[in-house]
Amino acid sequence: MLHIEIDGKPLEVEHGSTIIDAADKVGIAIPRFCYHKKLSVAANCRMCLVQVEKFNKPLPACATPVADGMKIFTRSKAAVEAQKSVMEFLLINHPLDCPICDQGGECDLQDIAVAYGASGSRYAEEKRVVLNKNIGPLISTDMTRCIQCTRCVRFLKEVGGMQELGLVGRGEHAEITAYVDKSVNSELSGNIIDLCPVGALTNKPFRYSARSWELTRRPSIAPHDGLGSHIEVHVKDNKVMRVLPREKESINECWLSDRDRYSYVGLNSPDRLKVPMIKHNGTWVETDWKTALEFAAGQIKDITNQHGADSLGVLASPNSTMEEGYLIKQLANGLGCGNVDYRLRQTDFRLDGKRVGIPWMGCNIQEIEELDRILIIGSNLRNEHPLLAQRFRKAVANGAELSVVSPLDNDPLMKVAHKVIVRPNDMVNVLGQILKAMSGLQRLSLCLPPSLNALLETITVRPNTQAMAESLAGLAGPDGLVDLVAPKVGLFIGNMALSDPRFTEMYSMMEAIGGICGAKGGILPAAANSTGMHFMGVMPNATGMHARAMLEVPRKAYLLLNVEPELDCQHAALAKAAMAQAECVVALTAYKSEALENADVLLPIAPFTETSGTFMSMEGRVQSFSAVTKPLAECRPAWKVLRVLANTLGLDGFDFDSSEAVKNAIFKGEKPSTVVWRNLNNNLKELVEIEVNIKSDGLQRIGEVPQYESDPIVRRSVPLQKTKYNIRPMARMRAEQMAQLDLVEGDIVLATQDKGSAVLQVKLDNHVAMGCIRIAASHEQTIGLGDLMGDITIEKTSKELYKPYETTMLKVVA
Amino acid sequence: MVTGAKTSVNTTAKKPVMTDLKGQTLLTLRSLNEENPASLETYIKLGGYAQLKRIVTEKVKATDIITQIKTSNLRGRGGAGFPTGLKWSFMPRYYDGTKYLVCNTDEGEPGTFKDRDIIRYNPHQLIEGMAIAAYTLGARVGYNYIHGEIWQDYDIFEAALHEAKAAGYLGENLFGSNFSFDLYAVHGYGAYICGEETALIESIEGKKGQPRFKPPFPASYGVFGKPTNVNNTESYTSIPWILQHGGQAFADLGVPNSGGTKLFSISGHVEKPGNYEVKMGMPFADLLALAGGIWKGRQLKAVIPGGPSTAVMTAEMVQNATMDYDGLSKAGSSLGAGSMIVMDDTTCMVKTLKRLSYFFYEESCGQCTPCREGTGWVYRVISRIVDGKGKMEDLDLLTDVSNNISGRTICALGDAAATPVLSFIKHFRPEFEYYITHGKSMVDGR
Repeated sequence: MLHIEIDGKPLEVEHGSTIIDAADKVGIAIPRFCYHKKLSVAANCRMCLVQVEKFNKPLPACATPVADGMKIFTRSKAAVEAQKSVMEFLLINHPLDCPICDQGGECDLQDIAVAYGASGSRYAEEKRVVLNKNIGPLISTDMTRCIQCTRCVRFLKEVGGMQELGLVGRGEHAEITAYVDKSVNSELSGNIIDLCPVGALTNKPFRYSARSWELTRRPSIAPHDGLGSHIEVHVKDNKVMRVLPREKESINECWLSDRDRYSYVGLNSPDRLKVPMIKHNGTWVETDWKTALEFAAGQIKDITNQHGADSLGVLASPNSTMEEGYLIKQLANGLGCGNVDYRLRQTDFRLDGKRVGIPWMGCNIQEIEELDRILIIGSNLRNEHPLLAQRFRKAVANGAELSVVSPLDNDPLMKVAHKVIVRPNDMVNVLGQILKAMSGLQRLSLCLPPSLNALLETITVRPNTQAMAESLAGLAGPDGLVDLVAPKVGLFIGNMALSDPRFTEMYSMMEAIGGICGAKGGILPAAANSTGMHFMGVMPNATGMHARAMLEVPRKAYLLLNVEPELDCQHAALAKAAMAQAECVVALTAYKSEALENADVLLPIAPFTETSGTFMSMEGRVQSFSAVTKPLAECRPAWKVLRVLANTLGLDGFDFDSSEAVKNAIFKGEKPSTVVWRNLNNNLKELVEIEVNIKSDGLQRIGEVPQYESDPIVRRSVPLQKTKYNIRPMARMRAEQMAQLDLVEGDIVLATQDKGSAVLQVKLDNHVAMGCIRIAASHEQTIGLGDLMGDITIEKTSKELYKPYETTMLKVVA
Repeated sequence: MVTGAKTSVNTTAKKPVMTDLKGQTLLTLRSLNEENPASLETYIKLGGYAQLKRIVTEKVKATDIITQIKTSNLRGRGGAGFPTGLKWSFMPRYYDGTKYLVCNTDEGEPGTFKDRDIIRYNPHQLIEGMAIAAYTLGARVGYNYIHGEIWQDYDIFEAALHEAKAAGYLGENLFGSNFSFDLYAVHGYGAYICGEETALIESIEGKKGQPRFKPPFPASYGVFGKPTNVNNTESYTSIPWILQHGGQAFADLGVPNSGGTKLFSISGHVEKPGNYEVKMGMPFADLLALAGGIWKGRQLKAVIPGGPSTAVMTAEMVQNATMDYDGLSKAGSSLGAGSMIVMDDTTCMVKTLKRLSYFFYEESCGQCTPCREGTGWVYRVISRIVDGKGKMEDLDLLTDVSNNISGRTICALGDAAATPVLSFIKHFRPEFEYYITHGKSMVDGR
């Protein structure tokens, strides 16, 4: 520890701290613009100049390491003079257009100018003007306001993984710009708005819609991916105006993914269902809650009475809260129906009954940074978990070796040490190779079940999987210096694998690999409450049907919670057909859409901003939130709707008067974390049957769910839909594949899967494994198709059949 | 390292038209009198590469070499005058990895053109100097960063590199030892800021030339983050001579605290502008006489002794000064890079300052606030004065703004930009006041 003095206050600080670190810790405010605790030090704004004893020049507090005995003065005459002079320089070319600037009221420049600026300017010359840049639909620019602090540049390079902005030009001509004619495409781009200390980068969808001081700030939890980011929802006149991150170091740090930041636009979509609706003779009729609920209950009761309780199928979205999950499970139980499931995009359920506990990501989010060796299986990480990817990026920057086994070779914007890009069907074999290679390594103790051992004999290890195995075992690679003793290894399995018909086998292989090398890890679930829904047991009972079976063997009636069947289910064509044939479909939904055309009753429920509830994140963290606005029109929180529906059905045990009461029922008065920790466990009771050598050379579809199509709210966020990141459904394949199929880019093909087809344009995408066609799912254009990760055939067809896609949602808004 | 769009280039420098070398002490330009000054043949004839061969084959200890350099009183010729021997001793002796050597031939300040003549007329002495430095400091790879706009001289240096490599003075296992050294030329593209050593390093790395915050200094974090020694061209070129004749002999050429000779680039209102290599400590009057004195029989008005980043001196201040670090410092300015700009009595100091401040306004890299914003402010105010719209309080404003730039930036460009403003106003204030009052120059009436 070093002993220093700041403004006469004696302090003990750690070696290597800078002056600004030391001052921040004890709450001594030093003004700054370019410095940010999460970014590299640039020391370019010079606002944090302070006086240090024995130095004749003022020193930047952000870049000056403390030394023992240092005496620092942040408020001395010399220091303040330096700070004021920098402030003066910063303001001479700044337009001072605060009255029309969105940053007004939450502007660092404005705030610091109040403290350090003069009331008038000595600058009487012409001011610099900088042209604005169009960097995409999310961020608006007013570059004349820029003070060249380069926080945005450093963020995109260091956190985002790709430098999409830069400072070009010299001196006064220096300006921040993107690559010529390019937008900023990072899935984390919105963070540069928060980082910008002036009004140069502001929120485009929010632009000119409110002043910051008119907004009420309410805490909430991000409802999309399983990270559970803390957010702050800004509300005006009962309307969500924007979403910002709430700092939570152990989860989202101070960042937010663009999906979590901009999805709120979907909350104010014209698609919102405002009143209950019943279909009468094929036309929708608005009605009141009582009528709707009685109608729904009556239908369900009639059908279950007539055909038995298992004629009902209950599908719940994993984006629903734990309370909603609990109630819908109770409701199904009350009716004696075991057909309940939240795993809408899963097709392989062979693990049911074989798990020891609740599957989760297997470690804490923060622990990822400390890993030495990482294997990610079947995940397009940046698409599935945009912000979590950043933790992996940090680990890799810290020296971790990342290995990837996937059918897609998308750039994760971090160094990949080893990768195997193969057809989903061959992934089990690749994992088997890793397992076999590992079992041959001396440093690992091997105790595989005999059945697995026999299986491995049929596998041939290839050099790249051998290298991967050695990496995971901690051996030094060709450029490594030393072997690691007891490396921290993490194995993670992602959404593409979760949707795969051989998920179970991949998972079992991963378990075995993890067992040998002592790895942490588990699944990276897709949705905000996937882990919570599993915990709640929103799954079929011993005799019940899982999500896929409920569609394959169609039910007479369906109860849907927050589900748009064709877009949210694994097999769009099956889902559509199942809904169409059902006698009654009761949908609890926030939106009225074509995807629910086959429903019979629509009950308007409140999205996360209008209800209270609890999500359990992928690391098992139980996080409750309250409503930030009143429900729109006749919308009601889903927990209330379920409760009243159960009452109407005449079921007992639904006398909850708040979501907290439901939560208490879930945890039975115990501390949630205690209950959760007792139950989280990725281990399997027994291994499933594994087949490693599949002889099939048919084409396989890679039907990943695009980031901005993942759930009903995101699908309705116009700015997100407009981003380049949003992958439009096309038949994407690598060049060799195209040649093999005798196709060229732009050709129109008919893609056929069991029970359905779609007409699509061919697109070159060399990130796709040979033998695969990548066709995005959860999209109006591909709802005719089948399994996300299933067999597919492709044939050339006439151009007349192709209809260029236009979303109905965009039409409505236009 | 660089490809230019050139079809045919003459890479052989002809003997310069240089009539009178009297009064000069040619050391870094010692091949100047030869027929093909830049050729390897010429350099060998003059005893070139003998020192490199000696130290490598005799395995002379690095510490002995550094001692010689320290004794020589060689100080950095790029402008800062930092003792070279001391700088060399900062390089980490034991380092597991590649160390680098960088030569700064990015002289870009107005009036500075000395290093250009070294690579044009005596490139091999620079190469030998760098190779010796590499041997001493354990550097495996070197770069000579040559500033933009001098393509032909760049080609001459590249040709010399090829010659030296072919002859076994560069490359692997020199003279059968296990000492290897690769040297490359890197072309700058004319940004003054790239003469700042850390901006130069960024530029070598292929990035935008912007100074780094120091510490860490290049000796611990230089090219590609590796320990790097950066010296000026003239400094490296002095090394072979020092090793040949001993550090003391070099020190004795000059005056206390300033060893050896110095190349002065003399420009402006003199009869014979050009480079003059003279012993350190030569009286100003003698140096001016070498350059033929003030042209057209006019009177001396002012001198910028070391390039625009050094303070301007009035005739009175400079007339008794000696041309060395202490001498000029005592007289109220500094030696800088030895880029002497001489101004006669027809020079308008207001307009001169406008031109100088325009240079710094254009060349500020834009990274830190005071320099980026301040240089433009200063230039605009001076322009306004020259346009006849000046106000008397502008002079105090200029002084104040310059003081606010100085000492508050990452690199020394801010200080350099402030110096001419402060010194011009200090020494020629009446001329500025006249201009403001009358809206025209006191000197030329326009």
